Amino acid sequence: MQRIINFILRNRSSLLFLFLLAFSLLLTVQNNALHRARFFNSSNWLSGTVYSASNSVTGYFGLRRENEKLLQENRRLRSLLFNSRKQDSMELDTSRLDYRVMTATIIKNSYTDANNYITIDKGRADSVNQDMGVITSRGILGIVEMTSKNYASVQSILNTKSNINAKIAGTDYFGSLTWNRKNHQLVQLEDIPRLVPLREGDTIVTGAMSSIFPENIPIGTIEGFSLTESQSFYQIDVRLFNDMTNLKQVYLIRNRDRDEILQLESDVANDL
Amino acid sequence: MTFNYLLVGIRFVALVLIQVLVFNRMNLFDFVNPMVYILFLYWFPVKENRTTLILAAFLLGFTVDLFSDTMALHTCASLTAAFLRYPLMRFVFGVNMEFQNFRLSNSTRVQQFTFLALLIIVHHLVFFSLEIFSLSNLLLILKRVVFTGLGTLVFSILLASLFAIRKE
Repeated sequence: MQRIINFILRNRSSLLFLFLLAFSLLLTVQNNALHRARFFNSSNWLSGTVYSASNSVTGYFGLRRENEKLLQENRRLRSLLFNSRKQDSMELDTSRLDYRVMTATIIKNSYTDANNYITIDKGRADSVNQDMGVITSRGILGIVEMTSKNYASVQSILNTKSNINAKIAGTDYFGSLTWNRKNHQLVQLEDIPRLVPLREGDTIVTGAMSSIFPENIPIGTIEGFSLTESQSFYQIDVRLFNDMTNLKQVYLIRNRDRDEILQLESDVANDL
Repeated sequence: MTFNYLLVGIRFVALVLIQVLVFNRMNLFDFVNPMVYILFLYWFPVKENRTTLILAAFLLGFTVDLFSDTMALHTCASLTAAFLRYPLMRFVFGVNMEFQNFRLSNSTRVQQFTFLALLIIVHHLVFFSLEIFSLSNLLLILKRVVFTGLGTLVFSILLASLFAIRKE
């Protein structure tokens, strides 16, 4: 017994090192293996407070550019509004809307890691929940993964774990959008069959299969494509509309029917 | 002695803040984010025992991880660098380590530089290997280690000379 205690005392720094290393490796690996098991993320109180304090200073520097972006978007929406046909009052009834839209400000952005997360300044107190879609005025951005009381952590599309349903605009050929982490301006669209006619420059938008995003939100344009090794599917590089390095204001989208859709899908799966 | 702990504490907070608010957003050439918080391990008092160092390194990495959404990658890397700090110092400074009045500021420029570079290499190797985590991307790992390592080295030297203790 004495010798065991002596051994532990003599090697206490090595043992401590091994113990702590095992602990942190466990945190890392567990996060890679299990979807959304991140206990520690930047939506916590400490980093949220620090980031929003820093943002309250640096936020002023980009105001002119942000204003310009909002003006552009308003111009686009107004031209849509003026050119749309008159709608009847039934469709304007807000209780029948499928999607709710909120706004938020980014307080921390990253795009150089393998798994990028973005922190925004709205949380549970503003009824932001897991699995809400996040977009900007130009296109898709990511999905809310974790929330705290006042902040939320968004899994960016520049994340190797990201997987979003997308399709080629104007058609119903859909595939899944992933990222190979090589370039922060390019994401990859997979599982498009080879018989689909493709052209460089075609627009990619979100598909209807997603219960998170509404259909037809812009993502990017086709930069290039090649067949995979099996020769039956395309591997498509998509150049994002969003400049992921320069983001400030975002919109959060909640699909009110999501719970119902998920419930139905799990019922079907259980019946099989 | 109390003054010393206070200094280490201030250094800890200052390095974490400068890391997450300045260097994590730097994105030089779109992918280089220098990790200058490693200076904490470089500056850590030589005479302090290893257990304290390892605990401090764990806390340091964990705090940086909390801010940068990297799970526990920074923790693993800074723990390993802290654990290997003593062997590295033995390698760089040799018998000078044994002297009672050995200090980092007494050693030569070349020795300080080598020690810092070795710490950075160990730290970055662990960090990027775990982050990318596949042997097929060995080239990507090496590329990141080399470029980010160079960035870290340059900015660490700048910071270190900015806050160097002047020799009387």
